[in-house]
Amino acid sequence: MRSLASRRRHPAAILILLLLGLVATGGLYSLLAPKPAQASVATADDMTAGRKLFLANCATCHGLHAEGSKAAPSLVGVGAAAVDFQVGTGRMPLAGPAIQASPSGTVKYTDEQIASLAAYVASLSPGPAVPDGQYTKGDGDIARGNELFKVNCAMCHNFVGSGGALTRGKHAPSLRNVSGKHMYEAMVTGPQSMPVFNDTNLSPTDKNDVISYLHEIDKNQNPGGMTLGNLGPVSEGMFVWVFGLGLMVAAAVWLGSKAA
Amino acid sequence: MTEHYTEPTGADVSLPGTAARLHQGHTEGTGHIEGTGGIPARFADPGLDPHVHRLADHQEKAARRAERQVAALFGISMVATIIFLVAYFAIDLHTYRFVPGIGQANLSNVVLGVSLGLSLLCIGLGAVHWAKTLMPDTEVTEDRHPQRSSEEARADAVDTILAGGDASQLARRPLIKYTLGGALGLFALPLVVQLAGSLGPLPKAELSTTFWRKGMRLMRDPQLTPIKATDVTIGSVFHVMPEGIDKTAHLLEEKGKAAVLLMRLDPDEILIAKERDWGHDGIVAYSKICTHVGCPVGLYEQQTHHLLCPCHQSTFDVTQDCKVIFGPAHRPLPQLKITVDAEGYLVADSAFREAVGPSFWERG
Repeated sequence: MRSLASRRRHPAAILILLLLGLVATGGLYSLLAPKPAQASVATADDMTAGRKLFLANCATCHGLHAEGSKAAPSLVGVGAAAVDFQVGTGRMPLAGPAIQASPSGTVKYTDEQIASLAAYVASLSPGPAVPDGQYTKGDGDIARGNELFKVNCAMCHNFVGSGGALTRGKHAPSLRNVSGKHMYEAMVTGPQSMPVFNDTNLSPTDKNDVISYLHEIDKNQNPGGMTLGNLGPVSEGMFVWVFGLGLMVAAAVWLGSKAA
Repeated sequence: MTEHYTEPTGADVSLPGTAARLHQGHTEGTGHIEGTGGIPARFADPGLDPHVHRLADHQEKAARRAERQVAALFGISMVATIIFLVAYFAIDLHTYRFVPGIGQANLSNVVLGVSLGLSLLCIGLGAVHWAKTLMPDTEVTEDRHPQRSSEEARADAVDTILAGGDASQLARRPLIKYTLGGALGLFALPLVVQLAGSLGPLPKAELSTTFWRKGMRLMRDPQLTPIKATDVTIGSVFHVMPEGIDKTAHLLEEKGKAAVLLMRLDPDEILIAKERDWGHDGIVAYSKICTHVGCPVGLYEQQTHHLLCPCHQSTFDVTQDCKVIFGPAHRPLPQLKITVDAEGYLVADSAFREAVGPSFWERG
């Protein structure tokens, strides 16, 4: 120790200190700096498997090099998130020509296959990656998520995420019981009619708040029973017009009829 | 007379079942009733239908049964009320159960509602059933009596009024007559003034102007953070409020007028030169308030560039300066002219050049 202290005025000391400082800063930075959301690193094997899957199942419409065709858009630059959303929710492969792809109920590929497909598409050109799990857990601020949801999403997806109609047969799907990952991916990629909500519009924390709100809605119980689709005044008004007024008309007829 | 029918006699028509027909009594070509077509000069009063007695009217057994039915309905009402009272205290407010017909529901809500409804319904049903089966139901006729008073009474009334007028000396003293008229006439004014005053202040220019001024930054709603032009990627939509809107005293009124939607399109897709000029590199800002009845037009389809109003399905085409392409709206959405400030943030280049929202009387 003494020898070290005695050498503190050595001409090289300043150089060594400088180097130490740089290493520490660089190391800390790489540890603490925010990382761009990246899926698990794709290996070359994944990519090859993904390319095979793509050629066998997607290339008919999307083209041999994912360049798109009259029937389907180009997939260059859509990123892994778009693939994971479209295939992972069963929207793709498309069952048949339709005004918009809807979840078919069954997902055609295993998680592994979807991951390799996504890796292949992501390798074509950079695009949004599959989100980091920490922003899709739905453990954020529910009240803030509600506020963001009402301003940015509710006009299409309904105030409790029941979905709604758009123009010419298109619709905004219901958000009930959708996984946080898929909601996040939809916001980032803007599938079909949906606009893109990139990270500068709704930050990852904002997105997590929105997901938290929607997960909370899923847990909500309905005190009155019979939600009528949670569609608001249209379905509820219809119910009252048909059953409520129907009962009143029946009562009026009974009151007005002669006893004998 | 034509060959198609023979002249019916009056006696024919008065018989039941042979009503006068429309073509009877008409002379072809003249179109008016001549009174010879068999319509009697005066229709006889057909009177009431014969009264039909109810079972309970002449069978004591049936009457007793009706009595028991009414009592049973009142009894059910009492039971339902007691169920309500018990359930009010007994059922935990947070219990959810499956209820047939309406699914998973709050048990307390359902039981309280059903029991109270049943209780009131059975009182009503019992009362109506009582009236229909047991209370007298024979038809009653009451003739109308003449209402005009006798001639003497009428003349008396006129005399009284004239005598009163004479006694007041109104005709002889014009000063009183005119001042009274003036006083009464002026007294009507305060009533009119209060009525007109209570209609509220005139709107002035409030309907035509919004919070937006030149140089205000576009802020994300609800975060109220400024937006850089580089933040807005193609296909994005930002919901925007003017800078400083949170400082205003009338927040909701101002928000209701100032809401703006910010979108970025490929500049080549924009068909109208003015829209491109008023935007920035394909970023365009439009009022979010529908020109039909003022709903927020928030449904932006990024592929078709259609903006849809959720209330009445008015559809605006963002590539054509938000022209109305469907629905009841009549005017395009007003565009907010935007530019970029020195730091790269989007700012308004001017206030809205026209009134936003639905039409109103004074709108030019």
